[in-house]
Formats: sequence, structure tokens, C-alpha cells
Amino acid sequence: MSGFEDVRDRLEALPDAALVVSFLVGIWLLLTLLAFAVGGAQSANLAAGFVGSVTVLVGAYAILTLALNLQWGYTGLFNIGIAGFMAVGAYTTAILTAPVDPGAGGVPGFGLPLLVGLLGGMVMAAIVGAIAALPALRLRADYLAIVTVALSEIIRLFVNWGGVAEVEVFGKRFGTGGATGISFKSPDEVVATLVNGPGQPLVAAAESVGISGPNVVNMAYGLSLLAIAAGSYWVLSRVSDSPFGRVLKAIREDETVTQSLGKDTRLFKIKAFMIGCALMGLAGALFRGGAGYISPAQFRPVITFYVFAALIIGGSGSNTGSILGAATFSALLFYLPARLGEYFPTFGRSAPGNVFEAIAALGSLDPTPLVAYTVGNISTLRFVLIGAVLVYIIQNQPDGLLGHRNEPAASVDLRRPRSADGGETDE
Amino acid sequence: MGIAETVSDGRQLAIERPGAGAVAAVVLYLVADLATKLLGTTVYALGFRVMGGALTVGSLASMVLDGLLVGLAVGLAGIGLSMTYSILDFANFAHGDTVTVGAFLGWVAAYVTANLAVSAPLTDLFLFNGGAQLSASASWVLVLFGLVVAAVGTVAVVLVVDRIVYRPMRDSGNIALLIASIGVALALRYLVAFVFSTQTSGVATSGTRLQLFAGVAITDNEIALLVVAVVLMLGVHLLLQRTKLGKAMRAMADNEDLARVTGIPTERVVRLTWVLGGALAGTSGYLLVLESGTISFNFGWILLLLIFAAVIVGGIGSIYGAMAGGVLIGLVDSLALIWLPSGLTRAAAFAVLIVVLLLRPSGIFGGVSTA
Repeated sequence: MSGFEDVRDRLEALPDAALVVSFLVGIWLLLTLLAFAVGGAQSANLAAGFVGSVTVLVGAYAILTLALNLQWGYTGLFNIGIAGFMAVGAYTTAILTAPVDPGAGGVPGFGLPLLVGLLGGMVMAAIVGAIAALPALRLRADYLAIVTVALSEIIRLFVNWGGVAEVEVFGKRFGTGGATGISFKSPDEVVATLVNGPGQPLVAAAESVGISGPNVVNMAYGLSLLAIAAGSYWVLSRVSDSPFGRVLKAIREDETVTQSLGKDTRLFKIKAFMIGCALMGLAGALFRGGAGYISPAQFRPVITFYVFAALIIGGSGSNTGSILGAATFSALLFYLPARLGEYFPTFGRSAPGNVFEAIAALGSLDPTPLVAYTVGNISTLRFVLIGAVLVYIIQNQPDGLLGHRNEPAASVDLRRPRSADGGETDE
Repeated sequence: MGIAETVSDGRQLAIERPGAGAVAAVVLYLVADLATKLLGTTVYALGFRVMGGALTVGSLASMVLDGLLVGLAVGLAGIGLSMTYSILDFANFAHGDTVTVGAFLGWVAAYVTANLAVSAPLTDLFLFNGGAQLSASASWVLVLFGLVVAAVGTVAVVLVVDRIVYRPMRDSGNIALLIASIGVALALRYLVAFVFSTQTSGVATSGTRLQLFAGVAITDNEIALLVVAVVLMLGVHLLLQRTKLGKAMRAMADNEDLARVTGIPTERVVRLTWVLGGALAGTSGYLLVLESGTISFNFGWILLLLIFAAVIVGGIGSIYGAMAGGVLIGLVDSLALIWLPSGLTRAAAFAVLIVVLLLRPSGIFGGVSTA
């Protein structure tokens, strides 16, 4: 455990912003190094590709983890229907912004501007969150969990259903596209026009060192997601320091006490739940629908558990921890292993088709097939790693990286030493 | 009881518990609609079709049979989930993947043994390639052998998981255990994917079909599922009612501290809970694959929510509730096809889960713990 403590002490010594920035820069450097180690002549472009993709992931997971932290870390609402709320946000955005006349095979929508669509998606996700929360808040935490995960599956099955692929209401045609999904105004394209317009000199500079235009756009998109995450962080920090936030933390500590102090805890919980759901809806549209296309298969419940893993690694209850957890999860556990598997040398031989052939080769004392198979399937194995990390953390370090920063529900520090009044001191 | 009394009782119910009243109204409507559909008539009001349509008794019966079969297997898996929920007090999200592991262990054993004589390389046979598919009537010994391997193998896996993951955290809260189980679920699922790849393989095929009556047939594999599930459920019933272990389990589900004070070796009871729950989970996974014919690395995970639905509808902690809830959810899942398009039947089963949790969290049989 000492290694972990050591890391935590070092993290502790830095101010939060510097902590997050240095963490991100570290991840970028690591991936750049990897790219230059394997990329050959294409190194710069490969590095840009790595950095771009990882930034998109970190940004998206940071928004999702912050939202979950508001619901669970601050208020104690155990929501495992994240995928469902993401789907609500993404589909609302898609339906609002899809072109009115999409041509053959497309699904028509309302053709509104993207910004309106995103706002609409957030509002809709918040409304669905409120509807889900109203009756469910009476339930125990684990029951709420099951209700939310069931709801998220119902939402996914509903948008997947052919009956709502295209409907006509009051002469307006729109729909979800059913199992084939729906195309809409791509947020990625908005960033691309910005980059290729005012940012043209930047693209030219990047191309002169061998970085392709699409990779520049990808990086810019990742940075915009990070900016949104930073904005959410700022808003949520303000919220958690406000009287509203103190009530939320008080609910987490002891709901009955909060009630007896005259707070209508249900109202507070519903509000917190709605804010979180709105953010999840936004992340759903920008992350899953980044390229302007979504389909039901992108909103399977498993993504919910990824966000949970990220929050638990970071430490629930801490906004900074949420972002660090999102970065650790998405970059180091989710993205990096897959790239390593892609580029790791496999002893100059192709991996066997199945694990039993690889194990059979062990009989002739040749471990390389097994190693090659393992490396080749590392994108599967990383989920085993994620599961193991989750178990390890919950067993040994349930506070995660920064969750031990117990943010008290009081505005004054109650832990200050008592004045000597004859009793024993703490030590 | 006169009609007037019934009506006033109903009104009372509607006022006191609007949710329950609404559910009762919906169920009444559906039953009436089913009756008119079976009669082959249609009722119109104000030009709209209110109820009725066409539905033959035969297709209804085959839907009921389908629902019953899936429901029995889900109920069987639900017993284990329900036991860990009441005795260890947490929602085990790894239970679905335990089902998968059991199915893979059992079917590898059965498939490889059955096809040893085939010339296909052994490594292919382990991945369900190159051999003949099994059926309960043609090779019942092997199918039974696989069933035993599924049960025993799953018990071993579950005990190892308990030793590594859950035992060090016996005193943790139920949410910490739930999160740990999510980690276990991920690890188990992708270990299976690592070994067996993510493809879907066909392993079982029906040997003979038995025509029950017009439009309704049952295959030998389905009969096997039916028989094994019923026998196992009876066995669990006897175990819990007639043995000391059953009594100890019920005592622990009720109040763990009191049970320990009374001298019940709680740790041993916990281990036996895992043994029983794991064996039943593995068997149910094996039987489900026998019925559907195909196996893939995430079928248990997809099934998990259905198992949860069964356990919750029946009342968490109640073994009989899990069995009955499984059958009920299986029937909802298949009978919903009468009213809903095929893409939404699963959603109907989940909706039942939500409604029960909201209106009657103790389950429809009223929260009798483990008995």
C-alpha cells in the first residue's frame, strides 16, 4: 500500500488545477513516447492520433464522472442508468437537429441548430431524470440502482424498436431510426469548420510536421470536450460550495438529520439528480454522437459501469478526483492497453487462433504462442484488468485517489481541535 | 360477499393505493382482452378497436410453454441471487456471468466428450467447432454429465471468487459489495471472452419433437429443462425445510448477529450459500443453452436483469418467490408479444420489475424471507 500512499501524498501536495493539468500532460507525453517508439516515419501523425483520441475519451468520461459524482458522491443517489440518460440526451439532440429532408434512407428530424439540439437534449434528459427520480427516491440505494438500470434498458429497447424509427405527428415526420440509428448535425463538423476556417494557419503548421488535418480536428474536438468538462467542474464546484451543495452533502451523511433541520430532502435530491442527468445527456450527444451518428447499440448498460469504475478510481465525493479517475480509467486502463496490444512485438510470429492451441504449445515448452495470443487479445483482457482494479480499489482503497478528502457538510471546519476544558485531547 | 361490497372494497383500494389500483385495472383489461381475442371477436367503441382481435388457443399455449421454460431456468438462477441477496445482503451483479461460466464449463465437457471420436483437432472442439451438436434424447448421458460438470465447476469458481473478493469484505456495506460484484462481473465475462472468443456457437439441437396438441410442440431438450428445473426446485425446497442447514440459512437471512450468537457457524453457512447458489446458477445457464441451442460469452449478462426482475417480483430473500417470480417474468416476457411488438417484450418484463419495486418493494408475495 505504501506505493499508493506515496502517489497520493504527492498528488496531495499540488493545487487541484496543476494536479489535473500535469496528469493530462503526463498521459499525452506517455502516448507520444509510445507513438514515437512504434510509428517510424509516421510518428508525429500517429502521436497526434493517439493524443486526439485519448483527449476525446478523457473529456467525455470527465463530464460523465462529474455528473455521477454529483448524484452519488454528493447526494448518495446510486444511479446505474447512466447509459439510458445519455441515450435520452443524444437521441433528443439527434431528432431536433437531423435535417428535415435527409434524402433516401435517412431519418428526418426538425433541422434545428446544434446548440438548440444540445440544450433540448439536456432538458429532456433532466425531465426523464425527474420522472425516474420522483417515485424512485423513496427506495433503498440498491433498489434505486436496479430501477435505473432497468429504465436505461427500457429506453434503449424503445429507441431500438422499429415502430418509432419514423413516425408522423401533426404532419411532422421524425423518428429514432430504430436499430440502424440516426444521422444528425455532427458536433465534430462544427469544430472542423472552426479549425479549418479561423484555425487554418494552425492546420498548415501541423501538416508541415506531418500531422494530418483530421487529426488536428480530432485533437480540437477533444480539447473542446475538456473545456466543457472544465466548465462543468467549475459549475459543480460552485454548486457544492453553495448552501445547496451543503444540503446535498448533509443528505449523504444523514438524511433524517437533514430533514429534521427543515430541509425538504426529496426536492434537493431530485434537483441534484436532474442536474446530473442533464450533464449525462450532454455527454451522450457529444461523446457517442461526436461524428453525427448514433445507434442504440452505443448505449448498452456496460458504459454505465465504465463511468462507475472511473468514479471509484478517482474517489467519489471529490470533483477533482472524478476528473483524475476519468483520466486514469479512460487513458490508462481503457485506451492504452488496446494500443499496446496493437503495436507490441509478438516475437515475429502470428498469434494462434485460439487459446487452447496456445496452451497446447506450452507442452513443447514454447510459451511464445501464449504470450502472442495474450497480447493479441489484450483489448479483451483490459476489461478483466478493469474488473480487478475495481475489486482491488473497493477492498483496499475505497476512497479512490482523492475520495478521502472528506468534504464536510458544514461551512465551518468542525474538525478543529477543541479548547482544553479538562477532558482528554485527541492524541 | 355481495357485489356492492366488492365494488366498495375496490373503490377503497383505488383511493388508498392509486398505483395498485391502476395496476389492477390494467391487468383486468388485459385479461378481458385476452378472453375476447381467444373468442375471436372484437369490441369496438366510438369507432376504435378497444379490445379483441385474433389469437388461437394453440399459439397462446405455445407462448405459455415458451414463457414457462425460460421462466423456470430464470427462476432457478434467481434462487442463488435471492439467497446471496438475503444472507450476504447485497445485489450480486456478477450472478449473470456466473450463469455464463457454468454454461461454458458444462458444455465444453459435454461437447468435447461427445466428439472425442471425431477427427477434428481437440483445440477446435474446445471452441465448439467441428463436432456434432448434442440433444437430450440422443445423448442423454453426456448431457447429464455436462450438467454435473456445470454445477460442480461453477461451485468451484464461485468459491474462489468468494475467497478472493467477498470474504475480505464481509463487514463492508451493501453498496461496496455491489461495486465489487460489478468488478467480478467484468472480469469473469471477459475471461470467458478471452478463452472462447466473442463468437456465438451452436452446441445443442433438438433430437425429437413431441406434438402435444394442435400447434404446440415440445422438444426433448425442453422436456429435459422442465424436468431438471422442477426436480432441483423440489430439492431446494426439501433442503431448506427439512435440514438444519436450511434452518440456519433462514435464521441468518433474518438476523445475522442473532444467528451467530445462537451458535450458527455463519461463515460455513455463507460458504454453503455460495455452493448452493453457484450450483443452481451453473445448472440454469447450462439448461438455457440446451434449450436455445447457442452459447455466447455475454448471454448471462443479458439475462441478469431478467433474473433480478424474477427475484424482486417474487420478493428478495424468498426462495419460492424467486421460483414463482421467474415463471411470472418468463410468462410476461413471452405473453407480452400478444399486445406489444416483438422488440418491446423484454421492455415489458423490465417495466413489471420497476412497477413492483415502486409499489411493493417486498415482492408480490409479501416479503416472506427465505421460506
